[in-house]
Amino acid sequence: MAEDKRIDAATGTEIKLHEWDGIQELDTPLPRWWLWTFYATILFAIGYMVAYPAWPMIDRATAGLLGWSSRGALDKELAAREQQIAPIRQAIAETSVTVLPQRPQLMQAAIEGGRAAFRVHCVQCHGSGAAGSKGYPNLNDDDWLWGGDIAAIEKTIADGVRNPDHQATRQSLMPAFGKDQLLTAAQVDDVVAHVRAISGQHRANAASRRGAKVFADNCAVCHGPAGAGDRTVGAPNLADAIWLYGGDADSIRDTVWNSRRGVMPRWDDKLDKVTVRMLAAYVHSLGGGETKPETRAEPGG
Amino acid sequence: MLMTGSPSLYEKRKGVYPKAVDGFYRRLKWAVMAVTLAIYWGTPWLRWDRGPYAPDQAVLVDLANRRFYMFSIEIWPHEFYYVAGLLIMAGVGLFLVTSAVGRAWCGYACPQTVWTDLYQHVERFIDGDRNAQVRLANTPWSAAKIARRLAKWAVWLVIAFLTGGAWIFYFADAPTLQQQFWTGTAAPGAYGAVAVLTATTFILGGFMREQVCIYMCPWPRIQTAMLDEKSLVVTYKHWRGEKRGSLKKAQAAPDIYGDCIDCNQCVAVCPTGVDIREGPQIGCITCALCVDACDAVMAQIGKPRGLIDYCTEDDALAEQKGGAPRPVLSTLLRPRTLAYFALWICVGAAMLFALGVRTRLDISVQQDRNPIFVRLSDGTIRNAYTIKLRNMEARPRPMQVGVTGLADAKMWTDAGSREQAGSALTTMVAADSVEKLRVFLLLPSAGPVRQDFAFTVRATDREGGGDSEPARFERP
Ligand code: SF4
Ligand code: SF4
Repeated sequence: MAEDKRIDAATGTEIKLHEWDGIQELDTPLPRWWLWTFYATILFAIGYMVAYPAWPMIDRATAGLLGWSSRGALDKELAAREQQIAPIRQAIAETSVTVLPQRPQLMQAAIEGGRAAFRVHCVQCHGSGAAGSKGYPNLNDDDWLWGGDIAAIEKTIADGVRNPDHQATRQSLMPAFGKDQLLTAAQVDDVVAHVRAISGQHRANAASRRGAKVFADNCAVCHGPAGAGDRTVGAPNLADAIWLYGGDADSIRDTVWNSRRGVMPRWDDKLDKVTVRMLAAYVHSLGGGETKPETRAEPGG
Repeated sequence: MLMTGSPSLYEKRKGVYPKAVDGFYRRLKWAVMAVTLAIYWGTPWLRWDRGPYAPDQAVLVDLANRRFYMFSIEIWPHEFYYVAGLLIMAGVGLFLVTSAVGRAWCGYACPQTVWTDLYQHVERFIDGDRNAQVRLANTPWSAAKIARRLAKWAVWLVIAFLTGGAWIFYFADAPTLQQQFWTGTAAPGAYGAVAVLTATTFILGGFMREQVCIYMCPWPRIQTAMLDEKSLVVTYKHWRGEKRGSLKKAQAAPDIYGDCIDCNQCVAVCPTGVDIREGPQIGCITCALCVDACDAVMAQIGKPRGLIDYCTEDDALAEQKGGAPRPVLSTLLRPRTLAYFALWICVGAAMLFALGVRTRLDISVQQDRNPIFVRLSDGTIRNAYTIKLRNMEARPRPMQVGVTGLADAKMWTDAGSREQAGSALTTMVAADSVEKLRVFLLLPSAGPVRQDFAFTVRATDREGGGDSEPARFERP
């Protein structure tokens, strides 16, 4: 081999034996510091393996001398975060829900906390945008069965609606007029026609005029003579454009015949007071919240 | 030549002890060094009055508030394309310089070169010139040597510290930060940056030097690909120099020997330890110190200057065949450099134009998608939008938000209520900031499923100005 060695005259460096398209390569040595840098990275890697979790074992990796773990780091971060927001939660807990909207910064913090809690606990029924669906109210609109001011919302969330195991729960009990034979089928049809007439879905006709009488006798006690509803008993407004179970004739007939008894769980036994309050703030902020005091958008961002 | 048994794979660094030299290019290097260092150290201390709502530093990268200030220009994050434009200009500029004069960036303006040069002057001041340096390097450690070394490293460290220290002043108000720095109240990041930059300056400028240019820097690898036979590079005119021999030999047999008297001055002055007489090579940073050195030798022995010179390969060949050296200007003005120059000017002009016509007031709209629309109890349909109003002026401005293309739309924000709905909103946007509004828009339920329209914003102060942004109203 030794005789194959060729030395480049200009630099005194050995020329490698390969050649591409007439181009040859000098076997120029790498600088020493480069080698030492390489050794240093190896040493670093060894030190790292000793100090940190590295080698996979059967059920976990080696622990490492520093005792660091990603789970532990996460726990620490979460604890730090808890600690960071503790004063805010404390302040929300101490501020009555009716005063909360007057403190914009605290309200904003509550809304953000509520948004997060809503994603966990409420989206299953009300949807991720809180737009609801048939039987589950849309929380963005301005129609409220039990009131849309922030205190009413908080109570609904805390105590639930028709929650069987709670005294304070909201109760509204519409009779099943058809099933329990309180009204005849013809009377139900008539009252449906009346309700559709007062909600502007068709003009008054003979059926609706007959239905008006049935309504006055059976329904007005809760829904009011004009069908405008009554929030103290959770009776929906029948004269507006919003229908929880649908406003077409079949859906209304179904409602009158069988009644609907939607249930919302009470949350005060599952969530702490602050979370419930934050949820109320969030729902109130969606666009339909009532008697909302002045708040101002934050600059920046 | 060297006939060693097995070549070593790793090579100890060979010391480079460049000799002091004087001449045209050396003086040019001094000038460039003075200017670039002055710019680097001086810029953060320039003041620029922007009024009460903005910082008074002429050049400032305000990371916390995401603003970039450069004299009268203020760049917001969404205008980052200006920075992209500057990078393009820098890139094309490098192509331009490289195609014209090779690695001149490396030889004169590169920070590595500037600081290495500075460090070498310090070294020369303390250790003496080349010969004394070599002697000192080869003597064993003694009190005197240690003293000299410590002195040199101390000065290097001071320079390194000043270098690393100056960097942070670009990111905060310089006088304030300086005070905070010395009183220990500056951000930890500032001390970290100073420490890292001091260390890298000390190591790269003091100990790595030409190794950075040869092994670490990616630029020469790219740059050599951009050179062609019409680029000005430092060239040894071998047909004139060879065959080299001592002055005595050359005088004895002038028809055998060329102009090079093998005095090695060109190698001795080279900051990267290159022997340019071996031809163009990656280690050469085209600083032309060897040109100064050789010109001095030629003057002494009574030969014309320019045995080593800035010269294109084409011209070198032409000269070899007896042509006269071409004037530098004609080598610089050629289609390739002119094309780069034109491109560079175009990008610059486009940016200047964009700067001239840009608005300092801006609206952007994002529609709520979940839910897309909400039916209200009276049957009307509500859409919601998040609107951002940017006031890029350094004073608060009143603004009016309205819509065009939608008849009888009513709007209000989540700060108000529906009772206050109107056809427009007014709000005050704080100086130099963004106002975020959640806007509700209300229309009757009858109408097309989708309606395109635009949100408009108008400043209602004396200066006026406005902007608009397309949006869409959707119904069930
Ligand atoms: S300085 Fe000029 S004369 Fe001296 S060795 Fe270099 S090329 Fe030859
Ligand atoms: S060979 Fe000449 S031009 Fe190249 S780096 Fe050395 S002194 Fe500078």
